[in-house]
Amino acid sequence: MKSRSGSLYSLPLTTWISLFFLVPMLIVFVYSFLARETGGGVRWEFDLSAYAEIFRQTASGSFIYLDIVGYTLIMAVSATLLTILIALPCAYYIARSKNNTLLLFLVIIPFWVNFMIRIYAWVAILGQSGILNESLLAMGVLKEPIQFLFNDYAVLVVLVYTNLPFAILPLFTTIEKFDFGLLEAARDLGASHNRSLWSVLLPNIRGGLVTAVLFTFIPIFGTFAVPDVMGNSNVFMLGQLITSKLKFTGDYPMACSLSVLILLLSAAGLVVYTVYNNRQEQQHQVVIAEDEL
Amino acid sequence: MTKLTLSRSIFWTTIAFLFLPLVVLMIFSFNDGRTMVWKGFSWRWYESLFTNQPRLWMAVSNTLIVAFTASTVATVIGTLGAIAINWYRFKAKTYVRAMSFLPLILPEIIIGVSLLIFFRMLGLELNLFTIILAHISFTIPFVLLMVMARLGEFDYSIIEAARDLGANENQTLTKVILPISVPGILAGFITAFTLSLEDFVVTFFVTGSGSDTLPIFIYNQIKRKLPPEINAFSVVLVGVTVLILFLARRSIKYFVQRS
Repeated sequence: MKSRSGSLYSLPLTTWISLFFLVPMLIVFVYSFLARETGGGVRWEFDLSAYAEIFRQTASGSFIYLDIVGYTLIMAVSATLLTILIALPCAYYIARSKNNTLLLFLVIIPFWVNFMIRIYAWVAILGQSGILNESLLAMGVLKEPIQFLFNDYAVLVVLVYTNLPFAILPLFTTIEKFDFGLLEAARDLGASHNRSLWSVLLPNIRGGLVTAVLFTFIPIFGTFAVPDVMGNSNVFMLGQLITSKLKFTGDYPMACSLSVLILLLSAAGLVVYTVYNNRQEQQHQVVIAEDEL
Repeated sequence: MTKLTLSRSIFWTTIAFLFLPLVVLMIFSFNDGRTMVWKGFSWRWYESLFTNQPRLWMAVSNTLIVAFTASTVATVIGTLGAIAINWYRFKAKTYVRAMSFLPLILPEIIIGVSLLIFFRMLGLELNLFTIILAHISFTIPFVLLMVMARLGEFDYSIIEAARDLGANENQTLTKVILPISVPGILAGFITAFTLSLEDFVVTFFVTGSGSDTLPIFIYNQIKRKLPPEINAFSVVLVGVTVLILFLARRSIKYFVQRS
C-alpha cells in the first residue's frame, strides 16, 4: 500500500501523542533536575537537590521520603497480594462454571457506579455514624461508636475493592484456556487435590497471574484518592506526596523527581513482564516446532 | 471430579462484598432521614435531587460535555491511527506503537502530573478545555486497542481485493475499511466515554475552579458532608448506565450481524 495514506492516517495520532505524552514526560524529566523557585515553578539551573532530598536522612536517622516510598510499597504489595488471593479462587470458579458470562457480569456491575461514589459508600459504611457502627450499637455489641475509617485497614479494604475486577478478568481469561483434563491426570497419578492445583494449574496460568499482578500493583502504587479519603492523615502514600508537592507547596522539582521514581519502577515492572512473555512465547514455539517434527 | 465448594463460597462472598456498597446506597436512598439510621421509607431525596441540587447537576453536565467531546475526538484519532498501524507502512511506526500504549500501563498520576506541568508551562488557564485535552490523551490508547482488535480479525487481502476491483484510496477507506471497523469503533467510543465519566485522578490535576466534573464534585463534598441526595443520585446513575449499556450492546450486535 502507498505509504502516503499511512502517514496521513497516522498523522493526528503521532502529533497528539508527541504533544501530550512525550513532551510532557520530557518536561517532567527535565524539571526534576532543576532548582526550585520559591512561590512555585522552577529556576533554569542544573540542580540535583530534589533527588538528594529523596535520599536525605534526618538528624534523628529517619528517611522522610524513602519511608514514604517504603510505606507505599508495603501497602501496594499487601493490597495486591490480598486482591490476587481473593481473585484466584473467584476466577477459577467462574472459569469452571457453565454460566460464566452471567458470573462475569456480576463482578462488573458494581463498577457501573462512579468510582468516587463507591468510595463514598464505604465512608457511609465504615464511618463513625456509619451503618457498621449503627448496627453494632443497635445489637448491643458496642457501647460507643468506633472509628473504622482513617487507618491502613480501611485503605486496604477499599483498594482491594476497587481493584478486584482488574485481577479477576485476566485470571479468568487464562484459567478458561487451561485444559482441566491435566488436573484429572495429576489426580490419577496420585497427586492430592491441593497438590494438583499447586503444581499443575498454577504454573500453567503464570502469564495471567503476572498480568493481574501488574494491573493491580501499578495503579495502587500511584494511588491518591483512596488513601486521601480513607487513610490516616499522618502518613502519606507516594501519590498523596506528589499531589501535595505539586498542587499545594508548588515544589515542582520534588514532584517531578518522585514521578520519575514511579515511572522507573513501573518501567522495571514492564521490562520484567515483556522479557517473561517473550520467553514464554519462545518456549511455546519450541513446543510447536517439536510437534511438527 | 474436582471440588468447587471452597472456590464457590469465596466467589459468592466476594460478590456480596462487591455489592455491599451498592445495596447500602440503594436502601438509604429511600431513608426518611439525613443519616445512616433508618427512619422509614420516603421518596423525598429523589424529589429534592431534581429540585435542590443545582451544583450536582452542573457537575453532571460538565462531565457529559467532557466525556462526549473527548471520546469523539479520541475515537477519530484512534481509529485513523489503528488503521494506519494495522494496514499501512509509515515512518515512526515503532515509536507510535510504543508511545501510544504507554499510558495503559503507567499509573494515572503520572499523566496528571505531566499534563498539569505542561499546561502551566504553556500558560493555559485550567478549565473544561484542559480537562478535555487530558481526557482525549488518556482515552486514545483504549480506542486504538479496540479498533486494532477488530481490524486484526480481517485479512489484508480484503484491501487488495478492493484495490483490484478498482477502488481508489478514499473508496477503500470509506467503503471497505470503515464499515468493517464499526463494531471496534463503537466499542472504543463506549470505553473512552466510560473512562472519561469515571476519571478522578487526571481530572483532579488539570481542573480549575468552576469546572468541577462529577467525581471532583463528590470528592470535594466527601471531605465535608455529602448531601443525602447522593444516595438517590447513585441509584439513578446505575439505572441509566444499565439502560445505556443494554442499548449499546444491542447496537454492536446489530452491526456485527450486518457486516
